[in-house]
Amino acid sequence: MARRLTPWRWAVLGLAAVYFLVPLAASFVFTVDDPRHGVDFGAYTGIVSADGFGSSLLLSLELAVATIVVVLLLMVPAVTALRLGAPRLRPVVEVICSLPLVVPPIAFVAGIVTVLKWGPQYLSRTPLFQTFVAVQNPTFPVVLVLAYVVMALPFVYRALDSGLRAIDVRTLVEAARSCGASLPQALVRAVLPNLRGALLNASFLTLALVLGEFTVAQLLGFQPFAVWIYNVGGSQAQMSVAVSVLSLLVTWALLLALAGAGGRDRTASSRG
Amino acid sequence: MNMTVTSTLEKAAAEKAATVEFRSLRREFGPTVALDGLDLTVRPGEFLALLGPSGCGKTTALRMLAGFEHPDSGAVLVDGADVTGVPAHRRDAGMVFQSYSLFPHLNAVDNVAFGLRMRKVRTAERRARAAELLELVGLGDKRDRYPHQLSGGQQQRVALARALALRPRVLLLDEPLSALDAKVRLNLREEIRRLQQELGITTLFVTHDQEEALSVADRVAVMRAGRLEQCAAPAELYGRPATAFVAEFVGTMSRIPGELTDGTVAVLGRRLPAEGEAADGSVDVLVRPEALGVRADADGTGRVVATAFLGAVVRVTVRLADGTEAKADLPAHEATGLGAGAPVTVSLPDRPVLVAGRAQS
Repeated sequence: MARRLTPWRWAVLGLAAVYFLVPLAASFVFTVDDPRHGVDFGAYTGIVSADGFGSSLLLSLELAVATIVVVLLLMVPAVTALRLGAPRLRPVVEVICSLPLVVPPIAFVAGIVTVLKWGPQYLSRTPLFQTFVAVQNPTFPVVLVLAYVVMALPFVYRALDSGLRAIDVRTLVEAARSCGASLPQALVRAVLPNLRGALLNASFLTLALVLGEFTVAQLLGFQPFAVWIYNVGGSQAQMSVAVSVLSLLVTWALLLALAGAGGRDRTASSRG
Repeated sequence: MNMTVTSTLEKAAAEKAATVEFRSLRREFGPTVALDGLDLTVRPGEFLALLGPSGCGKTTALRMLAGFEHPDSGAVLVDGADVTGVPAHRRDAGMVFQSYSLFPHLNAVDNVAFGLRMRKVRTAERRARAAELLELVGLGDKRDRYPHQLSGGQQQRVALARALALRPRVLLLDEPLSALDAKVRLNLREEIRRLQQELGITTLFVTHDQEEALSVADRVAVMRAGRLEQCAAPAELYGRPATAFVAEFVGTMSRIPGELTDGTVAVLGRRLPAEGEAADGSVDVLVRPEALGVRADADGTGRVVATAFLGAVVRVTVRLADGTEAKADLPAHEATGLGAGAPVTVSLPDRPVLVAGRAQS
């Protein structure tokens, strides 16, 4: 069934375009418009030399990679085991994984702050004290990774679950087993390659989440990219908007790169 | 080409055709009893079909041999060695599944070579062997295709090649044809039979289709509610069913009421020797449609209810005087003139008949 673009469809498309593109265009115009000189890209050139730009962006990317690795290592075996061994537990896990959507980040971070304050007081004489210090290391705050893993759970669970739904995990595992593969081999060689799309989706969503996260990082006193943008905005309005536009483009480019890398492998494995 | 390939394979397989024994296997899934003391021996190199209605435990038995299910009690033996505790990947059993089970991310050759890769066979060697096996199942030209580019029948052929790649001692087929359409199913089952005979590999074939079982297997084991009803060659199973269940599950059977006394039964106005287990009194005589004679007779008490043209024969359904219906297969020329409503006389040949307790209706 060929779908023609009727006037009605054009209208909807146009409205959506206006809704998304007008603010973006306005932001861009604001950053390059100088009342005295006309067009001026000073705001953009200033970003790169600005204090903390590189370090905060790098920190955000490091956090994103660490979060993706941890959340996938946690969820892929869990969801696969759930499907193979205990399908009746699925609703329970689904509800647990959806909780972070219900709990507002502000409540979540308040809880974390309380624990971080309470812990060292009671554990000051134990080796755990050092653990509390280490997770809050400002050069790489592990506590943020832990928080982001929790916040990414709903998205990762859903992405993996739909991926697993598309393949017959049990039969694939049994086929691999009857071909002489042990259970771990069967999972790595037969199931995982067929989850590529789902893994990619999960990584996607986690990356976008971590790059844009503000509340938790700000309240815990760290400075990843989103917090840095906010801080810069306080002093230089034009530059902060320029950074927002840039961060939008950077996120977009990263997602495209991820899609490109995964997509190419995917077409190699399932041409047609 | 095919000949040389199969002959080398044949030697490899024939040396180690295995005996398989199920010993009083029992398995419960919650309240349902899947296997209720199954005893069965498969001879070396035999093609045995496990036949039964859904839920009779045939698939569970097969999966126990594959190592995917574990019995609550009882044992599975291969060549006399107890393999009940051996994990699935060390069972040395190739399996073809009901649903398409090829690895979607691998092409045909790599699918077939998967097991060899697990055994750490070198790449060149395993690809050569996989290509050989694809030739064997008639897909030599499809080696670079991915599963989604193959038809259902082709996918099952690749799955068959994959199951044979490790030269297993037992080949397990779990309703491999049930997802295919009729014509492909017919071709593939003949092909499976041909391959099995060439390779001489002990094979278990699970099916709920009695025609499939009778046409390919050396012996057919009919199962019911987790137990073995009868295990015999197809001709014996059809001609001399041991129980009423087997008689009615395999082929078409009509029940005609009779009176059993002292091992003979009075039926359709005559007295015939009876076989089968039933108490004296009212019984049903079980009759195959080709054994039942139907003759146009103006004084006959039977009435033709319906006729169906089946090619060489016409299947005539007759309502007897007491209201029971019986089916008879007549040669097409004898059936002319037997329209619906025609009065007929029904007769039985001079042979012992199978009787069973009167069916509740």
